[in-house]
Amino acid sequence: MNLWLWILIACALAYLTKLVGYFVPAKLLENPRIMHIAGTMTIGLLASLTVVNAVASGQGLVLDARIGALVAAAVALWLRAPFLVVVISGAAAAALLRVLGWG
Amino acid sequence: MSTSSASMKLRESPAFKIALSLSIATGLYGVSFGALAVASGFDFWQTMVLSLLLFSGGSQFAFIGVVAGGGSGVAAMTASALLGLRNGIYGMQINAMLRPGGWKRYVSAHVTIDESTATASGQSDPDEQRRGFWTAGIGIFILWNIFTAIGALAGDAMGDPKQWGLDGAAVAAFLALLWPRLKGREPWAIAAACALATILAVPFVPSGVPILVAAVVAGVIGWFSHARMDEGLEPDVDPYAEKHQREHGGKK
Repeated sequence: MNLWLWILIACALAYLTKLVGYFVPAKLLENPRIMHIAGTMTIGLLASLTVVNAVASGQGLVLDARIGALVAAAVALWLRAPFLVVVISGAAAAALLRVLGWG
Repeated sequence: MSTSSASMKLRESPAFKIALSLSIATGLYGVSFGALAVASGFDFWQTMVLSLLLFSGGSQFAFIGVVAGGGSGVAAMTASALLGLRNGIYGMQINAMLRPGGWKRYVSAHVTIDESTATASGQSDPDEQRRGFWTAGIGIFILWNIFTAIGALAGDAMGDPKQWGLDGAAVAAFLALLWPRLKGREPWAIAAACALATILAVPFVPSGVPILVAAVVAGVIGWFSHARMDEGLEPDVDPYAEKHQREHGGKK
C-alpha cells in the first residue's frame, strides 16, 4: 500500500511539473542556467539509472549477465536500431548468457 | 503556398503523418514498460496508473527501475520527479508556441512529452505545429496505454523474469533513453561523471540513493558550466532525422 502512495505522489508531481511550464513567464526560458541544469540532470539521471541496473545488486556491485545486455544494447544503438529492438537485444543477451551458465 | 494551411486536409499534413508514425513506434515500446513493471513487482493497476497518470516514459522507467533495484518508494518518486523536470521546460516551449487557452492548457500539459514537443518544434507553420503536437500527444497516450496493458498481462504470464532477460531489457531501455542525448563532449563527460559517482555511492548508501547522488553531481555540473544551454534538453527523438539527413547529405 505504501508503494501506491509514492506512485500517486510521483504522478501528481509529473503533471504539476508539466503544468508549471504553461504558467511561468516565458522569460524563464531565457535563463541559461535553469535550462542547462534541466539538461545536465536528464543526462546524469539516465546515466546513473543505466549503471545501477547494470551492475548494482542491493548495496553490492556485481558483474553478471546484465553486462552482456549493456554491451548488446550499445551495439544495437550504434547500428541505429529502433528502441524496441534495442530493448529486445538487451533481454536476449542476458537470457542467452544465463542459458550458457553465466550470471 | 496559395491555399490556406488551416484548410489543408489532415492526411496531407506532414506533421500529422510524422506524428502518427511516431505514435505507433513509441506506443509499441509500451510493451516493454508493462512487462518490466510487472517483473519488478508492480501489480497490473499500479503499472497502468503509471502509464495513465505519470505518462512520461523516462520517469516511468526510472520509478520501476529504482524499485526493482530494491530502492524505497520515496527514492523512486524523487528520481522520477527529477527526470521529469525537462517536461516543465517543454511546457514553456509549447505554451509559447501554441498558446493553448482555458481547459486545453490542462490537457496539453498532460501530453507534453519528448515526442509531442519534438514533433511540434520541428514545424514552422503554427497550424502544423498544433497538428503535430496534438496528434503525437494523444496518439502516443492511447497507444502507450494499450501496449502497457498488453505488456503487463504478458509479463504476468511469463514466470521468472530473469530467465527472459528482463533485467537486461531494463539496462537496454535506460541506455536507449540516454543515447540520443550524448551528442558532443560535454554530455559524455556528464554521463561518465554521474556513472562513476553512482558506482562509488552504491556500497555506502541505501538502494535508490546513488541515483540521487548522481542527480546532485549533474546539478552541480549544470550550475557551474556554461556551455551550450540546451544540451540534454533536446527531446530524445528526432522525428525529422531522415529529412535532415536528406537535406544535409544532398549538399555534401
